[in-house]
Amino acid sequence: MKVLVPVKRVVDYNVKIRVKADGSGVDLANVKMSMNPFDEIAVEEAVRLKENGQADEVVAVSIGPAQAQETLRTALAMGADRAILITVDGPVEPLSVAKILAGVVKDEQPELVILGKQAIDDDANQTGQMLSALLDWSQATFASKLELGSDSAKVTREVDGGLQAINISLPAIVTADLRLNEPRYASLPNIMKAKKKPLDTKTPDDFGVSVASRLRVIRVEEPAVRQAGVKVANVAELTAKLKNEAGVI
Amino acid sequence: MAILLFAEHDNIALSEQTAKALSAAAKIGGDIDILVAGKDVSTVAEASAKLSGVRTVLVAQSDALENQLAENAASLIVSLSGDYDTIVAAATANGKNILPRVAALLDVMQISEVMDVVDPDTFKRPIYAGNAVEVVQTTDATKVMTIRTSSFGATEDGSTTAPIKSIDVGAADAGKSSFIENILSQNDRPELGSAKIIVSGGRALGSEEKFKAVITPLADKLGAAVGASRAAVDAGYAPNDLQVGQTGKVVAPDLYIACGISGAIQHLAGMKDSKIIVAINTDEDAPIFQVADYGIVGDLFDVLPELEGQL
Repeated sequence: MKVLVPVKRVVDYNVKIRVKADGSGVDLANVKMSMNPFDEIAVEEAVRLKENGQADEVVAVSIGPAQAQETLRTALAMGADRAILITVDGPVEPLSVAKILAGVVKDEQPELVILGKQAIDDDANQTGQMLSALLDWSQATFASKLELGSDSAKVTREVDGGLQAINISLPAIVTADLRLNEPRYASLPNIMKAKKKPLDTKTPDDFGVSVASRLRVIRVEEPAVRQAGVKVANVAELTAKLKNEAGVI
Repeated sequence: MAILLFAEHDNIALSEQTAKALSAAAKIGGDIDILVAGKDVSTVAEASAKLSGVRTVLVAQSDALENQLAENAASLIVSLSGDYDTIVAAATANGKNILPRVAALLDVMQISEVMDVVDPDTFKRPIYAGNAVEVVQTTDATKVMTIRTSSFGATEDGSTTAPIKSIDVGAADAGKSSFIENILSQNDRPELGSAKIIVSGGRALGSEEKFKAVITPLADKLGAAVGASRAAVDAGYAPNDLQVGQTGKVVAPDLYIACGISGAIQHLAGMKDSKIIVAINTDEDAPIFQVADYGIVGDLFDVLPELEGQL
């Protein structure tokens, strides 16, 4: 079975982002970039499927600038077999990403696509579901456990208030939630090996997809800033304030 | 044209999330119909019909819709979409699962987690876990959006009741996925996402045993949910499903008590919309105090038992 894993290059989750003063966006100059954390989980899951013999090839794909090669090399160092970069400068909306990925799926014919449930930059949480709709495949979002059979899979999903187990027929789309696994750190030998693994480069035109945006970003604002409150001297003062001033207990 | 609001429910009760999403729909303006999809949903339909400002409640019932699997629910919504220019759902696990599928089938871009309606085509939504706010205008013919319900109040019941109309769902099972079971949390404690009060612990707790011994009693006393910082989760003091932050759950309770949490960016992103934040930390320069309404500089192992005693 072939598994396709789309990965996105995003601002590292430890970075405190800054909104540009002119409101045109978020300042990405000289900011540390990494693989989207949920995509790392997706790569880890795919690699584990290969390691336990359930998958025979893991293909990582990224849609982004030339530097997204680094993100793909990370996926290769974690254990993916080869990579495809679809080069696009500037932001690409989930709908366009899903359309390009649908094209990749038609070329590659995987039986399973594992994606992160959302990217931590645009927080859209759409790509997996959209890809599933475009392919008319089954979908299991927010997966915390994946048990793969020969023509179906049992997926345990994180839902409000607990977990939900569903059975999905293959081919299928699975999106990874935080508890699915703990991604490995790539070892130095594997990082070296990853440099020699194949990486193809394509463009959205190869798939006949326009990346024109449907949503116009009018501006990007700072969120409302919380004012620091007061320090209280003791617990009695705290409980009094919570009861009388804040009225929350 | 009109707005279709996809109801959040468990076939028995209508979730308050729907009443909140309805407030956002009302702000967009237009006739609002609520779609209740499920099985044996009469109580849900009746509760929906009471909400103020609803034109019609549409009820779609079948075995295939009982568990609101994405493939079936999305097909149903798409089949109704011709009568609506806006399709809305609360940004719950269900809404987030189903609506992007609807958007792709309609070839439109979904607007996720709308936190404010600027005008009927322009919306504010959080990006970078709420560290920035994007103002976006849609150019699509049909607007598909999920609503961040912590940003909107719940619509009250009105003085009139909307008519309830059954709709024919035809052969609704796409046969792509099937429901096995729900494994819902069995404890009496409220769920993180909807709790009014959250007591959250950080790395300063020092061990799983101490986390349980100090955080749990206070949470029980307050009827609160328990949360944890990523540092506490990574150190193994608390399970991952308790994680609050950019890589965990984003919460907005009335009261958030941060115990031994320094206030890393990624944690603040998950809780800074809480109404009242209390911080307890030994380090008076900890960043958590910059967002806290009330702070106590002190050892949580002294403060928490005392706080519990005084409640």
